Amino acid sequence: MTEGRLQAAERAHRIGGVILAVESVSLSFGGVKALSEVSFDVREHEVRAIIGPNGAGKSSMLNVINGVYHPQKGTIRLQGREFNDMDSHEAAKMGIARTFQNIALFKGMTVLDNVMTGRNLKMRASFLEQALWYGRARREELEHRRAVEEVIDFLEIQHIRKTPVARLPYGLQKRVELARALAAEPKLLLLDEPMAGMNLEEKQDMCRFILDVNDHYGTTIVLIEHDMGVVMDISDRVVVLDYGRKIGDGTPEEVRGNQAVIDAYLGVAR
Amino acid sequence: MSEDLTGLDTFPKLLMHHAKVRPERPAIREKDLGIWQTWSWGRFAEETRALAAALAAQGLKRGDHMALVGDNRPRLYAMMCAIQCLGAVPVPLYQDAVAAEMAFPIQNALITHALAEDQEQVDKLLEILPQCPTLAHIYFDDARGLRNYAQPQLMSYEKLLELGRDALKRDPAALDAEIAKGRGEDAAAMLFTSGTTGVPKGVVLTQHGLIDRSIAAAELESLGESDVVLAYLPPAWVGQFIFSLAQPMVTGYCICCPESAETVMSDMREIGPTYYFAPPRVLEALLTQVSIRMEDASRLKRAMYRYFMAVARSVGGALLDGRPVGLLDRLLYRAGDLLVYGPLRNVLGMSRVRIAYTAGEAIGPDLFRFYRSIGINLKQLYGSTETSVFVCIQPDGQVKADTAGPPVKGVELRFTPERELLIRSPGLFKEYYKNPQATAEVKDAQGWFHTGDAGYVDADGHLKIIDRVKDVGKLGAGPNAGTLFAPKYLENKLKFFPYVKEAVAFGHERDKVCAFINMDMEAVGNWAEKRNLAYSGYVDLASREEVGELIRECVEQVNADLAADPELAGSQIHRFLILHKELDADDGELTRTRKVRRRHVAEKYLPLVEALYNGAKSAHIEVQVRYEDGRTGMVSADLAIRDARIFAPAAAKRAA
Repeated sequence: MTEGRLQAAERAHRIGGVILAVESVSLSFGGVKALSEVSFDVREHEVRAIIGPNGAGKSSMLNVINGVYHPQKGTIRLQGREFNDMDSHEAAKMGIARTFQNIALFKGMTVLDNVMTGRNLKMRASFLEQALWYGRARREELEHRRAVEEVIDFLEIQHIRKTPVARLPYGLQKRVELARALAAEPKLLLLDEPMAGMNLEEKQDMCRFILDVNDHYGTTIVLIEHDMGVVMDISDRVVVLDYGRKIGDGTPEEVRGNQAVIDAYLGVAR
Repeated sequence: MSEDLTGLDTFPKLLMHHAKVRPERPAIREKDLGIWQTWSWGRFAEETRALAAALAAQGLKRGDHMALVGDNRPRLYAMMCAIQCLGAVPVPLYQDAVAAEMAFPIQNALITHALAEDQEQVDKLLEILPQCPTLAHIYFDDARGLRNYAQPQLMSYEKLLELGRDALKRDPAALDAEIAKGRGEDAAAMLFTSGTTGVPKGVVLTQHGLIDRSIAAAELESLGESDVVLAYLPPAWVGQFIFSLAQPMVTGYCICCPESAETVMSDMREIGPTYYFAPPRVLEALLTQVSIRMEDASRLKRAMYRYFMAVARSVGGALLDGRPVGLLDRLLYRAGDLLVYGPLRNVLGMSRVRIAYTAGEAIGPDLFRFYRSIGINLKQLYGSTETSVFVCIQPDGQVKADTAGPPVKGVELRFTPERELLIRSPGLFKEYYKNPQATAEVKDAQGWFHTGDAGYVDADGHLKIIDRVKDVGKLGAGPNAGTLFAPKYLENKLKFFPYVKEAVAFGHERDKVCAFINMDMEAVGNWAEKRNLAYSGYVDLASREEVGELIRECVEQVNADLAADPELAGSQIHRFLILHKELDADDGELTRTRKVRRRHVAEKYLPLVEALYNGAKSAHIEVQVRYEDGRTGMVSADLAIRDARIFAPAAAKRAA
């Protein structure tokens, strides 16, 4: 992956227009300003990274995008539609899926069941039908199982299909979380530190899967990551936050050469 | 095996026969996206025909060779049959081979067409393309990741199939004519031997040879269309080729392809095969898993397991062999079956196994008896790529832990004065491809195949393989002069004990057999811990009197076993010592594949060998060792030499 991303001509899904626009978003908790006046956009089919030192506001940004936090100021536009007081349920309905920094799976359930929960929003059958496993519920479950199996095949986790998540090593749990997010067939996938705490081999696997997802399904990906090597290798564009402000935005090369970014990461003598 | 297969002398003809006789029966299953998908014989034949027509249109001709690289998949086997339909020869290659290893077979057989399972295999073939200019067509099964590949050689399996269906519509008779042209003496497959020394050799097996052997073995075991096999070993290995292509074609049984290598255990539980093959190392790994899980079980379960396994050890094998067993023992075993053996077989996925084979290397008697005692009909067989596998099989009721059974119908065995096993059988290979010299070395004018294995036939008519011919020696002097000395056989017997890691036996041209023994640090360490035996390290533990006694018991048990065998009673181990360091490949004592380099060890430890034979009670040794960081150092020790009890040969005992 040293040569960076594929040339545009080789990509199945050309990078398109703006799918998500964040405009002058400010978020504060009491007196603490988590984000101030942050603006950036995400284009269709691209891999967009958000980086920054600890406490820069990266996770808050992600939480704003998928409706967990509501910014006091600014707007967020998804495919041209503006929304402000959206909750995370609505965000999911609009095609946003995410994974979490500290894994949020159902530990006692099997991998298959966990991934199946990713299909929850797509189930139409009524409670009664599901309880009786009758009619629509039965048809639906077969259909969803097939979709889930395709994701399981894609991420190569067949061998742990029936294993309870709690028994899996950390790297695999992360992959299961990605599988669950993918099962929702999202337009926009938010990954909060997908590589945190992984060893080199697990990181390489994860990179490959993220690129494969982007390449195969054309999913737009926004990710937060600390590993600079990973970020520079797999993302198309990077936005840099520091103390809740945007201090850089552009291709990995541009960001690498940005003095404000270097200062933020290495510290600067004042 | 009651079907009339006369006139069906090739696999394609047999396939068309099954498509007619049992079109709806399952031929091959594959777990895809979590669900078992079934190909019936009708579908299998239809797909094969389309592929064959397509390959013909792509220029594959009678006598050509085509490579197949991939895991067990229905499409791979359909392709093999399609190749045979045209009178061409399938050459399955090991899917885990590196690219460079694939170049030789392709160059050797001037291969023009190849099937690759996925991107990984396609990449390997593309890598060697410059060395293999003949390779003009590469078909791939799984298109994932290949979308951006523009090489003109590539074509997807689906595209090929479509091409074939169109060709078949235009001219359906042409293919039937090609199939009818096939003859029994045609080559059915070329399998490359792993070639531990020198270049690999392509073993050419004939349609007739494979069909004849498959029928002989299927008749012996009364295999039929209701049997089920799990295909989980590489298709390029002759055993898998036999179990998943040749035998289903003569019996109509169903083979199942697991989802991936990691899911074999659970896939096996779901499928419940009735016919099973596993090399000893797989059986060993399964047993280890069971043991580990039992250690974690509750106290009650552990006690139950211990008690009933003891019952199984004493009567399980006898019940399986149909020998008489007392009523009380029968009832106990029945209870054990309900509580322990049945569930255990289920966990192993062996609930329905009717016949299980193991072969390839020596299997430890305890391991072998474990499976038999819980009611799994595990048997041994002897064969090789050159003999289409089936040479000897243990028939039901005549199973022994240390033989390979009597010859299968149609096989003749003979021994040279050096005890090398010679085989004549309808299943013998035709030749090593383009290597008449190598062929002549092992196959003589009368059609005997020289195996290079040394052995003999025991009193019950069972073949017993003891060693490679080049390693077998004779005792030189003393009361047992002239007795057979088979070092590897003795060493294996010692190594079956968990406490013995390695052993080196000496005896060629000497008056008695003596041995070096390497204890197994983990097993002996555990044993010492349980006895509160304090020790400071390997050298210290190895020199303990208690450990010496422990190993002596192992050696004496081996001697007792040898005494029961008239051929080998003279080669009992008289004296032994426990080495103070582990034999190591870094010190040149083992090969990289962990085989003892006997001659080198004998030279390096010459003073010890001399001490074994001159009656000394102990010996001093100083040797150089190489540490993992490359530095060297000297290790010295005084080693005690112990005598082991020698047992009177069984025949003599009976006379006394």
